[in-house]
Amino acid sequence: MKTSNVAFDSRVVDDQAPLLTVDNLQVHFPVREGIIIQKTVGHIKAVDGVSFDVRPGETLGLVGESGCGKTTIGRCLLKLETPTGGQVQFKGSDISKLNADEMFSYRRQVQAVFQDPFSSLNPRMSVGDIVTEPIVIHDKKADFVERAHRLKDLLNTCGLPTNLADRYPHEMSGGQRQRVGIARALALRPEFIVCDEAVSALDVSIQAQIIRLLEDLRAEFGLTYLFIGHDLSVVRHLCHRVAVMYLGKIVEIGECDTIFQNPKHPYTQALLTAVPIPDPEKERARAHTYISGEVPSPMNPPSGCVFHPRCQLAEDSCKTQIPAQRDFPDGQKVACPLS
Amino acid sequence: MQAVNGISYSVSSGEIVAIVGESGSGKSVSALTVLGLVQTPPGRIVNGKILFDGSNLLTLDDQAIRDMRGRDIAMVFQEPMSSLNPVLSIGRQLTESMKLHLGLDKVEANNRAVELLTMVGISDPAGRLKQYPHQLSGGMRQRVMIAMALSCKPKLIIADEPTTALDVTIQAQVLSLMQDLCKQMGVALVLITHNLGIVARYAEQVNVMYAGRIVEAGSALEVYANPSHPYTVGLLNSVPRLDQDRGKPLDPIPGNPPDMAALGAGCAFAARCRFAGDRCQNEVPPLTSVDGSHQSACWEIDALHQESAA
Repeated sequence: MKTSNVAFDSRVVDDQAPLLTVDNLQVHFPVREGIIIQKTVGHIKAVDGVSFDVRPGETLGLVGESGCGKTTIGRCLLKLETPTGGQVQFKGSDISKLNADEMFSYRRQVQAVFQDPFSSLNPRMSVGDIVTEPIVIHDKKADFVERAHRLKDLLNTCGLPTNLADRYPHEMSGGQRQRVGIARALALRPEFIVCDEAVSALDVSIQAQIIRLLEDLRAEFGLTYLFIGHDLSVVRHLCHRVAVMYLGKIVEIGECDTIFQNPKHPYTQALLTAVPIPDPEKERARAHTYISGEVPSPMNPPSGCVFHPRCQLAEDSCKTQIPAQRDFPDGQKVACPLS
Repeated sequence: MQAVNGISYSVSSGEIVAIVGESGSGKSVSALTVLGLVQTPPGRIVNGKILFDGSNLLTLDDQAIRDMRGRDIAMVFQEPMSSLNPVLSIGRQLTESMKLHLGLDKVEANNRAVELLTMVGISDPAGRLKQYPHQLSGGMRQRVMIAMALSCKPKLIIADEPTTALDVTIQAQVLSLMQDLCKQMGVALVLITHNLGIVARYAEQVNVMYAGRIVEAGSALEVYANPSHPYTVGLLNSVPRLDQDRGKPLDPIPGNPPDMAALGAGCAFAARCRFAGDRCQNEVPPLTSVDGSHQSACWEIDALHQESAA
């Protein structure tokens, strides 16, 4: 099943059957040139051979810098994007092969919370309409009274006053809007929620409130999250396991504690040293070595290990050989032969 | 509406002073005032003084402030996408202020531009001058902004969230670059940010703003070691940190930032504050010294200190 260009297989062997399995996922976007006669001049490999599992009840963090493909993976899981290769299995069935009825039920079990609470809510719908829309579509039996009850429950669960139901998104603060987005995602009691940078756009004090809400909901409803983020402190706080991505590939995956205490991949190490700690004394004692350069274009990625142009450890072999995955105890997997 | 209300701080050359606060706390408006960039109307500077090298910037006429902007005081804005002109080349934008303020001719200005781009770590600087902003990445654009700010050898740079739009590795590169350049050239830097980690890493002095006022000020070491305003304590408890136990629950500040158009008589933070008493509802607390230069504006500071000591 493994093809030669699978650089990394990051499945964790565990007795519990995974809720979601991503296997060698690839998303390549064609790049076209020309105005009338268009021809494909190359591909942007947004996601290039990514594999991971998400077990029921766990929160998997997906971190990386902009353009590393983490959002594209989230969109594939939501079927907003069609992968060009590999497959996504939910509860054992390939989501690209679902028929209309099964798809309807899949949409019900998998929901999303997006980054920007300003653009992810329809400005012309009231909060009540936004939150109950999934119920109208999926629970056709629910009448007006039941919907009103469920709306009230959902708003309460998400810490919103019930009189907000008649308001419109522009009348609310960013934090309230994000709570509305979460209430909408919860409306159908999903099992799996993709949180795509769900707290990134919020102010510090509001961000902490939303993180708490996500934690409480996870405990209350036994939710499974895929938490996509770039803030490593937040990801560390919220997730059980974390996958670090660079240029469309997972470079390191493992238990959160292991990765943050003992990062093995040079990129993970570089990311961690770049995050400042809010304590001047500790900061002054820390060595500040930064990786130079920027993330290369995914249209023309470097040969061999995609991280080698920025890596301090890089050897000649890194320029030619795609690093194989190495397994460590605790299920940590690292795509670097030098780690 | 009072966006900024009675704030005072000072910066000396070679020093990095941070202004921390959430959106709407007035931190950007206070910086724009320094450059005379607040639109009047609707904005109005009611009172106060901004002394730069001894002269009050608020009493200068338009021509004098225009001479000063870019030459003595430069600004780095938050969004490099929208603060560079998309239809002018990098070279044209970078050399404009040098031709204007320093009277350089085209060749001299171009040479200096190449020098500046090299200094901020941009590869192939001569080629970049002919490029347009959309051809550069976010990190590169922000470096161009910094090069522009440095071009006339200013004495003061105001950086308004200079790295908020950037990735964390690029953020570290850009800020360290700014820190090094400030130290080398003796430039004073006002760093406006909401990120407490950045403040801890780069700033020497910190001013915490809430609802248009400075609620706590002092050296970074003092403020982090002994936070003396409930808002600062709340902010520090709301951020997850890499140096803490992973299981430690966050302790968010309840409620939302106040509506600046409807501020009450008392402390603006009272509605979200655990310590708030009667006095907090009715009287605005003044900034008083906690320990030397470390100042805080809180009536219930003793209760706060008792709790943090316990």
